Order: sequence, then structure tokens, then C-alpha cells
Amino acid sequence: MIPTFNLRTTVGLLLLLALVLLPVYVELTGSRFLLTLFTRIVILALAAVSLNLILGYGGMMSFGHAAYLGIGGYAVGMLAFEGITTGFVQWPVALLVSAFFALVIGALSLRTRGVYFIMITLAFAQMAYYIVAGLARYGGDDGLTIEKRSQFIAPINLSNKVQFYYICLGLLCGAIYLVWRLVNSRFGMALQGARSNDTRMRAIGFPTYRYKLTGFVIAGTLCGLAGALLANHTDFVSPAMMYWTRSGDLIIMVVLGGMGSTFGPLFGAVALLVLEEVLSGITEYWQIILGPLLLLVVLFARGGIDGLLGKARHG
Amino acid sequence: MTLFIEQCLNGLQFGLLLFLLAAGLTLVFGIMDLVNLAHGSLYMLGAYFAATFAAWTGSFVFGAVLALGATLLVGMAVEVIAMRRLYGRDHLDHVLATFGLILFFDELVRLIWGAGGMSLPLPSWLNTSVRVLPGVDYSAYKLSIIVVSLAVAAFLYFLVMRTRLGMLIRAGASNREMVGALGVNIKLLFTLVFGLGAALAGLAGLMQAPILTVQIGMGENILILAFVITVIGGIGSIRGAFVAAILVGFIDTLGRAYFTDLLRLTFTKETAATAAPALSSMLIYLLMAIVLVIRPEGLFPASSK
Repeated sequence: MIPTFNLRTTVGLLLLLALVLLPVYVELTGSRFLLTLFTRIVILALAAVSLNLILGYGGMMSFGHAAYLGIGGYAVGMLAFEGITTGFVQWPVALLVSAFFALVIGALSLRTRGVYFIMITLAFAQMAYYIVAGLARYGGDDGLTIEKRSQFIAPINLSNKVQFYYICLGLLCGAIYLVWRLVNSRFGMALQGARSNDTRMRAIGFPTYRYKLTGFVIAGTLCGLAGALLANHTDFVSPAMMYWTRSGDLIIMVVLGGMGSTFGPLFGAVALLVLEEVLSGITEYWQIILGPLLLLVVLFARGGIDGLLGKARHG
Repeated sequence: MTLFIEQCLNGLQFGLLLFLLAAGLTLVFGIMDLVNLAHGSLYMLGAYFAATFAAWTGSFVFGAVLALGATLLVGMAVEVIAMRRLYGRDHLDHVLATFGLILFFDELVRLIWGAGGMSLPLPSWLNTSVRVLPGVDYSAYKLSIIVVSLAVAAFLYFLVMRTRLGMLIRAGASNREMVGALGVNIKLLFTLVFGLGAALAGLAGLMQAPILTVQIGMGENILILAFVITVIGGIGSIRGAFVAAILVGFIDTLGRAYFTDLLRLTFTKETAATAAPALSSMLIYLLMAIVLVIRPEGLFPASSK
């Protein structure tokens, strides 16, 4: 499919360009804090992009997506704790373990639908939360400090903040491109077809369960990558990474940005986290503003930011 | 043996408390098709109201009654202001909007009562123990929770199955439009049902308050448990919620009490001691996963719809 240049795509690309230029601005002003904030935003945007694949395009309301964030993070943290610091082992393990968990959770959860699906994914994420909180060797409730970031070969050094930022941004762009390619492929069409009318898709011969499960595993794996990045970013992993409110945050990002849109999750992640930062600067009780704001978005701005930029729907 | 009976009573007490929460959730879901994450916030508010009113009036019972009324009012206000606009929307919208409400209520409580927790002291006449069986003493307060919860469960059954209001509620659950078309004020009915659910959550919160500390976020963990119960029991089914709540109460309490010993039979002492707490917290989620795999609609699927 040839990308048609409209306002949403233009704004999305401009936002990416701004993110690319951000370190330059940071160099000029010397505000290191911005770089840390935006590294976090970029990583969580990656997680939101992965959730968008199943939530926005697949119509699967997973309320346990933060589990993969935690699983990916803990894969890095636990390996580092055991002395394996090379990223060439850590990252593939993080991806494989996330994929495996997504496969098991998805295979069971996708047997249910509607509100049962929301609840069972939530329950699995809570299970993962309690497993990790019970790992006394790896810090249990208190979490695990990572002494050394993932090691790669010579020019790559994750401890260099600018370089790490660009790696995260590069992976985010890759993920956005991957999801865009996926949803416009035959696979993506089948996935969106299953969202619109599962019965009809099955009637014309598509094994929708397998399509949805594949989407679920891809999303879980991508989110595991975000988890590995987040662990490297904070040098710390804790069960809080996969607490259910974090899954809620990810859903907010996707919906706020605009479900089922190419750049929506990116808009949502930037908007939510910048808003959090601004509001918490105004008042200590910033969530008292954020909560009702969320309610208003749900009530009056269904398409999210992406919807505000253009009325036409994707796919 | 004494300890075992005591743990069983604890399980029953916890299960009944969970039933109060789950009943409100399942009622609201069954009738309005509304997923309400903010149910835990109402539970928390019930506890905070009770602690405050009990301190004002100097009486535990007065405090509890006032708190119940206050949660009912808050629930009805929430319905009129926010929930009413969400009926017929996507479940995802419900999840998001009520997630926003959780943030709001948590912060509101922090603004009003401060970040530190509160405590609700028991009056002396409840702070004793009662001989339930020869040689077995049990906390009078926990026993009274069992009695009150059972009474509420019976009242709910009577209300839903035997009264005109209950008939309307059940009719509303199976076909909203038709009930509205027959001239029933469905808006008011929904507000009442939501308020009832809120009051049940508030009751659970205020009864739990003297046992645990009253703190922000207290509703969130227990909310998930209540959701697990509604899902196991079959969403919209009060009977299912009752059975599942008792089941979960027993499994959770007995799991915590005896899982370490159970694991010690097959594993070393250390492995058992480290693995047991995590595994026993997982038990109910495991139960839910198993139930959903075998019966994706829960144990007692509501026949409506």
C-alpha cells in the first residue's frame, strides 16, 4: 500500500523528526533531564505500539500487557545478576521468554472473549506479578538492581545516554514500520477482519484463532523488547513494572493516541507522559486532574489524538 | 485441629466479604453491562468514611451506618455524573473511564485524608472472642462479619428473587429496552442498582477496616480478587458470585496457611519456604484460568442475553 500523505502521517513523521533532533536540543541547553524523560517515553511508546497491534487492529482487549514488559525486564535483570551481561544473550532470551509466555497466555485467553478476555489477561499478568514478587533470590518485592547494562560489541555502549536514546528510538521506528507492514499485509487484513466479524471470517475459511494468537505473540515479543530496554534504562527491575495499573497506562496511551492507527501509540505515549510531567509540576495531586481528563477523552474524543488530526479511519 | 477450624472460619469470613464486593460488581455488570474498575474505590471510600464518622460520633455502629449511606450517595452521584453516559459503549471505554475514576478517587482521598493510613478501632464489645465450638475460640468481630454478610446475602436473594424491584432488576438484565418501553423508569432503576452495588462495596470496606489499615490503594488488590470471583462464577450471576467467593476465600486462606507444609512433603524446607508465598497467591488465578479453559462462561453462566 502506498502511504497517502495526510495530516496524521505528516504530524507523526514530524514528531519522529523532533524526537531525532531532541539530543541536539539537549546538547545546546544541557538539560539532561529531558533526555532521560524522553528515553522513557520512547521505550513506553514501543510497548504501546505493540499493544496497539492486538488492541487497535486485533480488537483483543488485553489488560495484562505490562506482564511482558516485566518479563523482558526480568530476563535482562536475572541474567545480569547471574553474571551474564552480554546483550547478545540477554536480549534474545528476553524476546524468546516473552514470546513463550505470550504463546501460553494467548492460547488460553483467546478461548474466551469480551469481558472474560479482559479479566483473564489481567489475571495472568497478576500471576506473573506474584511469581516475580516471590523470587527471593532476585529481590522479591523490592526489585533487583542491575549493576551493568547489557554489553554489546565495541562501538555500541548502552551506558552512553545519547547512544542509548538513539537505539531506543531506532527500535521504536522499526516497530512502527513493522506493525504498519503487518497490518497492511494479508495477515493484518485477516486480523482486522476477525476484529470486525469473527464468525464471518471463520465462515469464509480463516482460522481466526491462529491469526489472533500469532498477533498476540508478536505483540508480547515486541513488548518484551521494550521491557529489556526499560530495564537497561532504569538499571532496575521490580514487580511494579508489571502491576495491573501499568497495563492500564499502556491502554490509556493507545486509546489516547488513537486505536488502530500507525502513529497513535506514539502520540499517546508522548501526550500521556508529558502531561504527567507537566501536571505533576503544577500540583502534587496531579492525578485528580488526569483521572477526569481520561473520562472526558473516553466520552468525547473517541478517536484519540489521531482522530482529532483527521476524521478518516485507517484500514 | 483447633487451628484448622479457625482457618476455615477465616476462609469463610474472607469469602463472604469478597462476595459483598463481587455481588455489586456482578449486579452492575449483569444489569447495565458495565465493567466498573472503580468498584474498589468505593470499597476504599467505605472504609475511610467509617473511620472518619466513627471518630466523629464516637460510636462504631453509628459510624458504620453513616458510612454506608455516604457510599450509597457517592455511588449514585458517580452513576449520574459519569456512568450513565457509558451504557451501551464498548467495554474498553468502561475500563478506561473507570480507570480514570480510580486515579481521581485515590488522589481525592490523599487530598482529604492525607497519604498516611487511618485505623478504625473496634469497640470493646466486639473486640473479644467467642467460643464457637468446645475448645475453639474465635474473634467476635470476624464472627459478626460472617453473620452480617450472610444476612446481606439472604437479603439480596430476597430482594432480587422475591420483590417487585428485584423483578424489574432481572427484567432489566434480560432486556433493557423492553423494560423501558413498558414504562419503567430505567434511568432511576440503574442509578439505584449502581448505588446498591456501591453500598455493598462500602459495607465490605468498612467491615474490613478494623482488620486491615485503611489506606489508599486498599481497594485495588481486592478489586482484582472480586473480578476473579465474578469471572469464575459467571459474570452477571449472583449465585455464581456467592459460590465462587466462598471457594476463593477458602482456597486463598487455606493456601496461605498450609501451602508451605504441603510443599515440604515433596521439596526441601528452603524451597518450600521461598516458593510457597508466591504460589499460594497464584492459586486463585490458577483456579480462574482452569475454570475459564474448561467453562469459558464461568461456573454459573447467567442465562440472560
